[in-house]
Amino acid sequence: MKRVIETKEVAGQSPNYLLAKMQHLVDWAVNSSRANSLWPMPFGTACCAIEFMATAASRYDFARFGMERQAFSPRQADVLICAGRLPFKLAPVIRRIYDQMPQPKWVISMGACASTGGIFDNYAMVQGIDTIVPVDVYVPGCPPRPEGLLYGVLLLHKKIRGESLFDRVPRRDEQPLDEHGLRLPPEQIDEVSEPFGNSIHQFRSA
Amino acid sequence: MNPSVDALRATFGNAIGRGLESCGDTIVYVARDRLLDVMRWLRDTPGEEYDYLVDVTAVEYRDRERPLEVVYNLRSLGRHADLRVKVELDPRQELEVQSVVPLWRGADWLEREVFDMFGVAFQGHPDLRRILMWETYAEGYPLRKDFPLRGRFSRAEQVHQALAANPEAHYSMEELSIAEAYQELPPDMRERLRHGERGRIPESE
Repeated sequence: MKRVIETKEVAGQSPNYLLAKMQHLVDWAVNSSRANSLWPMPFGTACCAIEFMATAASRYDFARFGMERQAFSPRQADVLICAGRLPFKLAPVIRRIYDQMPQPKWVISMGACASTGGIFDNYAMVQGIDTIVPVDVYVPGCPPRPEGLLYGVLLLHKKIRGESLFDRVPRRDEQPLDEHGLRLPPEQIDEVSEPFGNSIHQFRSA
Repeated sequence: MNPSVDALRATFGNAIGRGLESCGDTIVYVARDRLLDVMRWLRDTPGEEYDYLVDVTAVEYRDRERPLEVVYNLRSLGRHADLRVKVELDPRQELEVQSVVPLWRGADWLEREVFDMFGVAFQGHPDLRRILMWETYAEGYPLRKDFPLRGRFSRAEQVHQALAANPEAHYSMEELSIAEAYQELPPDMRERLRHGERGRIPESE
């Protein structure tokens, strides 16, 4: 609010003037509405979903941040929260859910497995959901505590408040898969899927 | 040692291999071509009555010389007795064994899982398809020892194939609850289901 509206002291007159740019006012109104009523689409596949449920329940209660209504239909959702590891068998499912969500839409990747594949560096697991759908906020942890997820949500609020209707935000365009049926170039997928950390010590290839 | 082993040996002779006891469980090895007879005898003979097939699984050992084993865990619900039956398969030859689905209907998915993970072909199985991996999965059998941990294809190729898959492709018409309503479906949906949305299955080409 402070950034949007300037107040000006005019000598001898009260009340003082309020000056604001129309653009900023519109952005402020739109972004506040968006940020404060994010409807999550929970995509819970593993233990992170348990923490997600704890976040939604009364003790942590992410309804405080406007996420009152969980949309179990992608058509009424704003933010896709992938909580848990994503096997290749579910990759087309999450992609379809993402495609079905209306703009504006955001994605939170919750936990180590959703973000990087985590400890599951094997034949069945997607090494980071960002090879399938674009991701806005990565929440680290295995699984993240509810505070961690709430921090991620607040970071997403911050990101939403920084957007502007009047500048073109590329993320607000639909991003279909390319002609090869991929979201990223193949070299990039191979690169982000490289083993790292402890899994470089796993040698069990024939 | 479970007395069923001696009874088996008396009935089937050479078809019964060694029997041993491990952690309180009795294990008996059976010749591959007599498996179905042995299993039927174990299920139907009074005094044996192994009426419950607990699990079907398989083991491949690190030692390449050792055969691959298909393991059947049997239980007699009435007698409270357990028996583990094993069949040895030479991994250098075709991995084939008779299906026990005619004896226990519940072996259907268990055998499909063994087929999916180890490539053991169960002869006489009514619907031998992959069950955990998707049907068009072309990288091989993940639990075999010669299967690389991260799969045979590059990550990009794996993502490509996964995204090209149809999420509905894992169901056959029989598995869908709408099967009986097939005639009442809209024509376009009927067309899609009739062709099967299971995609191209590499082995079938």
